[in-house]
Amino acid sequence: MSSATETAPARPATLAHQFESHEQQSLAAALGMWAFLVQEVMFFGGLFTVYLVYRTLHPAAFLEGSAHLPVDLGTLNTAVLIGSSLTMALAVRCGQLARGKSAAFFIAATMALALVFLGVKSVEYGHKWHDALVPGLRWAPSPEADPHLNLFYALYFVMTGCHALHMLVGLVLMVFVARKAWRGGYTSANNVGLECLGLYWHFVDLVWIFLFPLLYLLGRHGPHP
Amino acid sequence: MSAPEHETPLPETPASAEPPSYLGGEYGTRSWLLTQDHKRIALLYLLGVTFFFLLGGVFAVLVRLELLTPPGDLFQSETYNKLFTQHGVFMVFFFLIPGIPAVLGNFLLPLMIGAKDLAFPRINLLSWYIYMAGGLFTLYAMLAGGVDTGWTFYTPYSSTYANSQVIAAALGVFITGFSSILTGVNFIATIHKLRAPGLTWFRLPLFVWAHYATSLIMVLGTPVVAITILLVAVERLFHVGIFDPALGGDPVLFQHLFWFYSHPAVYIMILPAMGVISEVIACFSRKRVFGYSFVAFSSLAIAVLGFLVWGHHMFVSGQSLYAGVVFSLLSFLVAIPSAVKVFNWIATLYRGSISFEAPMLYALGFIGLFTIGGLTGIFLATLAVDVHVHDTYFVVAHFHFVMVGGTVMAYLGGLHFWWPKMFGRLYPEQLARVTAVIIFVGFNLTFLPQFVLGYVGMPRRYHAYPDEFQVLNVLSTAGASILGLGFLITSAYLPWSLRFGKKAGANPFDAAGLEWTTASPPMAHNFEEVPVVTDEAYERDHAELVHV
Repeated sequence: MSSATETAPARPATLAHQFESHEQQSLAAALGMWAFLVQEVMFFGGLFTVYLVYRTLHPAAFLEGSAHLPVDLGTLNTAVLIGSSLTMALAVRCGQLARGKSAAFFIAATMALALVFLGVKSVEYGHKWHDALVPGLRWAPSPEADPHLNLFYALYFVMTGCHALHMLVGLVLMVFVARKAWRGGYTSANNVGLECLGLYWHFVDLVWIFLFPLLYLLGRHGPHP
Repeated sequence: MSAPEHETPLPETPASAEPPSYLGGEYGTRSWLLTQDHKRIALLYLLGVTFFFLLGGVFAVLVRLELLTPPGDLFQSETYNKLFTQHGVFMVFFFLIPGIPAVLGNFLLPLMIGAKDLAFPRINLLSWYIYMAGGLFTLYAMLAGGVDTGWTFYTPYSSTYANSQVIAAALGVFITGFSSILTGVNFIATIHKLRAPGLTWFRLPLFVWAHYATSLIMVLGTPVVAITILLVAVERLFHVGIFDPALGGDPVLFQHLFWFYSHPAVYIMILPAMGVISEVIACFSRKRVFGYSFVAFSSLAIAVLGFLVWGHHMFVSGQSLYAGVVFSLLSFLVAIPSAVKVFNWIATLYRGSISFEAPMLYALGFIGLFTIGGLTGIFLATLAVDVHVHDTYFVVAHFHFVMVGGTVMAYLGGLHFWWPKMFGRLYPEQLARVTAVIIFVGFNLTFLPQFVLGYVGMPRRYHAYPDEFQVLNVLSTAGASILGLGFLITSAYLPWSLRFGKKAGANPFDAAGLEWTTASPPMAHNFEEVPVVTDEAYERDHAELVHV
């Protein structure tokens, strides 16, 4: 790994001054990314806790709210996002093999899938706006609706909104990483930036894997008590 | 330690013809505001933290002035509510939490582990900007009308009954939280990956262990309060009943989420302080810290247990009795690692060659005051006692003993101890010793009467009180004046010493540790060459050891 640094007396430009080798630099960056993802888990964990408490307190409202969500669009988005995780994994693999142009191509494919996801998501938000199911802004549920329905929808928008925000951040990061990959900025010894982007994107994907059943699939697993 | 020039006697400065120190080289504003050097960023934090400490202090002065007389004559109750809220918010989120880690930790971690910098220097700088942005945001909220919820932002104070600045103040705290998270991530990666060759985990200074435990709490706890504050903002902006009972929400859930972070946050404040104390005690008793690995693991134990005790803030909040019993027992458990530390420091002092420089006076003060603060915490973790003294001045006295008697004492002790390392100048020793005593006396006079006040029933957060409480309140305000005088003297002579203090050598206190093997102030990359460590922590020149 670090043979280049040991033989050459001059420090490579890609090695930051506080590190002794690319290996050390990569390990530190990856560990930092994992630590950052731990805080992301705790951030969403707080949200999931709030969800858990209110679903336990008001199960009927959550069932009713979930029934209004379009399972077909949610399923489509789940497939799209899992597909984007595949293309991202391929991009990371190309980075390890120092095939920068292929890596950039797969990142672009990931971005395309992410945009599809966000497009479908905004269609869903549009439906909610049309049906006046947006708490605080446009809220007029049917008169016989559960009084706690607004809690479900508030959590729906906060949870999917936080998730979408994370996707937007990922999209911005992908622009920079793809550009660097295209220009051959990643070598087999030094591709930790791409690696960290991959970790981040898989995390965002994983959050959705939990959000989808918790929001869309309530009461669809057979008779509900 | 292992560096070759270690044998040089202490007053001498190291060999000349060395690269310029981190303070030299470039001087422009730009070179400071865009610096990626952890030592310069630590000084930026020092400026920010000091500013917010003085600001929080001004509010404390106003609170104590109002409480000098029984009637609410100086401020109306609404103003008084804002004063103690602003005191708490600035002191907790902008001084106590970042204080030791972001200033001393930032400066010392790389030096102590023989590294050139933290793992992520740019993220380190970013964290300072986030911290300042959050601070200024909260400052704006205060100027635009203030917040009267108390620093805890309890719903429904912060939802139904609050004025409109709650969102701005809470978002300031939310923003600042991310600087804490980034600092924690940075420290964890640095301690894992940037230790010098030979510096194994059990050779690390205990300061580093303490900061590792602190970083774990920062990373695990802060995001939970972030999402909680975000939900409060959503609730207020869109009128959704997440925490507001009038809209169908659950205010106790807010307390659960808030204390899940904010109780561990107490350990963010005290753990780095304990790290400072370990270093100072070892240096000024000329001994290795007794039971090194116990002290190291007790930091981790406090970090882990700290996440399991939040319910002791909610004994009277409608939490179930069984939850209360479990939280009470778990809270008692925190006393074990805390006591391990206190006993081991005392065992370190035993038959040591003790000298009473100013940092040591602060450290000894810390041990006594933290013990009182910790033991009264045991009282409060006891269900029946807590019901009696809940929301009284007993609680106020308890947490000020831990936060001021503990964290502030250690912060000042650490600042004095490493001041020569940071700036290459000695602080005036005699004046500093006298000031340390003034602060100790002032502190005790301020907060000991509050234990009594709380025990006989004076509730916290009221601007007026019955006549029979006046004597103790006058004592407290008098003590606060002495305490404030001590802080003022300190903030006068420390800057004075930058110009007029005696020049310090590389190791003016003859302390062990890698940070003392490099120049004072250190060069930009800390060490001339990467140090190789062959000694255990606090291993001193063996001839100097006092053998028992």
